[in-house]
Amino acid sequence: MELTVLVIKSLVILAVFGITLLIATYSTYAERKVAAFLQDRIGPNRAGPFGLLQPIADAGKMFFKEDFIPAQANKWLFILGPCLAMLTALMSSAVIPFGDSIRYGSFEVPVQGIDVNVGVLYVFGVVSLGVYGVMIGGWASNNKFSLLGAIRAASQNISYEVALGLSIIAILMMTGSLSLRHIVNEQNGFFQWNVFTQPLGFVIFLTCAFAECNRTPFDLPECETELVGGYHTEYSSMKLGFYLFAEYINMFTSSAIISTLYFGGFQYPFMHQVHDALVDSLGSTVGHNIATGIGTAVLFGKIFFFIFFFMWVRWTIPRFRFDQLMNLGWKTLIPLSILNVVLTGAGLLFDKFKYATWLIVIVMIIMAATNAIKAPRRKPVTVPQL
Amino acid sequence: MLQIAFFAFIALTLIGALTVLLTRNVLYSAYALLLTLLGVAALFVFAGADFLAVSQIIIYVGGVLVLVLFGVMLTSKPTTISTSTVVASERSNAILAGSRGVWLGVLLAAGLFFGLSRLLMNAHFALFDQPISKAPTTIDTIGKQLMTEYIVPFEVISILLLVALVGAGYLAKKSIKP
Amino acid sequence: MNPSLSYSLLFVAAALFSIGLAVVITKRHAVVVLMGIELMLNAVNLNLVAFSQYDPSRLQGQVFSLFVMIVAAAEAAVALALIIQVYRHVKTVVLDELTDLKQ
Repeated sequence: MELTVLVIKSLVILAVFGITLLIATYSTYAERKVAAFLQDRIGPNRAGPFGLLQPIADAGKMFFKEDFIPAQANKWLFILGPCLAMLTALMSSAVIPFGDSIRYGSFEVPVQGIDVNVGVLYVFGVVSLGVYGVMIGGWASNNKFSLLGAIRAASQNISYEVALGLSIIAILMMTGSLSLRHIVNEQNGFFQWNVFTQPLGFVIFLTCAFAECNRTPFDLPECETELVGGYHTEYSSMKLGFYLFAEYINMFTSSAIISTLYFGGFQYPFMHQVHDALVDSLGSTVGHNIATGIGTAVLFGKIFFFIFFFMWVRWTIPRFRFDQLMNLGWKTLIPLSILNVVLTGAGLLFDKFKYATWLIVIVMIIMAATNAIKAPRRKPVTVPQL
Repeated sequence: MLQIAFFAFIALTLIGALTVLLTRNVLYSAYALLLTLLGVAALFVFAGADFLAVSQIIIYVGGVLVLVLFGVMLTSKPTTISTSTVVASERSNAILAGSRGVWLGVLLAAGLFFGLSRLLMNAHFALFDQPISKAPTTIDTIGKQLMTEYIVPFEVISILLLVALVGAGYLAKKSIKP
Repeated sequence: MNPSLSYSLLFVAAALFSIGLAVVITKRHAVVVLMGIELMLNAVNLNLVAFSQYDPSRLQGQVFSLFVMIVAAAEAAVALALIIQVYRHVKTVVLDELTDLKQ
């Protein structure tokens, strides 16, 4: 490998790493602002203009708090837990294609950490490793509530991983590749985006992504009313910060993966025309690089929308009960995703028709409508006068 | 460079396995097993089996080992949670000398290892003279093989998985009628 | 990978298998015995994969070790369900203490 390629590659990797951390940092600020907006408050506005320095102030506070390790805790595992959570959270963004490619002289360097041909499976492997950070931390705290939180987190994660994997299989069947870059390149053209060919798969994937990130409505592992603080009850200082930070990084990566798999990644309508026009007017190197930059910006727009969506849901929908969560995962999402795979396969076999799964959506809408019509009308509740 | 990484992963695998054998804490041995499984996955990559490596991580590390950890956590006695984990689990996992003949076991294992290694040192496998594959990925071949040559085992194993799922769910239920 | 490295993979597999056997024989905790079995299965997989590289057209070893993994997963699920059920009945998972039928 040439030195320049190596330099560009390492710059790309460093940029991906830095941007992940930066976005995760500012997600905390965004979350508080979004929460404030949805609850008709102002939100943080003291540190810096519009409260923009709030994340830095929070981080400073985290660092200067007392770093406490309970006397009965298993010290090394207690330290290892947050480290593992952080490590696995940071690993998964390596295979996401953030843009087309950068041209430099005669080289073309893809804007991606590594382009492996088992990209989707790599993401799954890293996600399944993510359980360990929580489990080790929860066990090492030597606290009933932490242990229960950890076991809840692990059982929730491994249950929803099944539906997550099955919902992706339909996409893999259409693409015929496990590489994320291939999947993105396959979705050229607005109506080729997988969200239009796989509407049901998208809904299942989104639900499972919420569960994998332990976000509301599936944040049972840290449900305050039942488990105090869940698996990080005993944690303080930057160890707690690592756990919370890992959650935001997970949110960013899952938003990126949702945009990549279902919303065309760095593709946008009329991309090829824009690319050709730029190459014509600015030359094949500069024009191509600017087109790549626009694609990356579009991808980040999609990612920000999904991060906002995560927060929107968090402050809108109440938490599930644990048996409801498990029932939803095992009895609804897994059968539905298997049905999705079967119908997609039938559609592909029948003249490469990609939009077969709309059938399920139509049937479900009709069923919901008939249910709503047949359901007995609820009498309007009369409020007794006080 | 590649060789150094290769031997580092071998060392990781063996250290993990030895820790499973030597540690007295059940939980430590579970985490040591995690190291071993990850090391084996890395060795799979070196042996050109990328799909197998990832499925090793997904199935073993993400599935089986989490179940094992559940087993450890759910079957530890309630007293072990209130007292220190190390002391309590020493009892339940101590190597029982004497009545179980621990040295017999270790001797048997060591003898097996030396026998196998003598065998390997003297053997010359004709297969190793064949040219190795240059294909970038094994996924295509594995997929085609599963759907053609190994279709019967594939179907049988899917039924086995279903049976295991139902059976495990039934067994772990709160009350089984006598 | 050249054949000498493949040979070292075989040695690693042998060592893993022996360690797994020692774990199964000497440990008393049922879950740890299960871990020993997993170690032995992993050793077998390593062996199969080491040979499978020289068989690129059929990949029999890799497909077989895929099946081994699936069987191991099923086995672990059933075994842990059994262990938890045993724990409910006799409040112990130490194999030497499960002597109800002896008396």
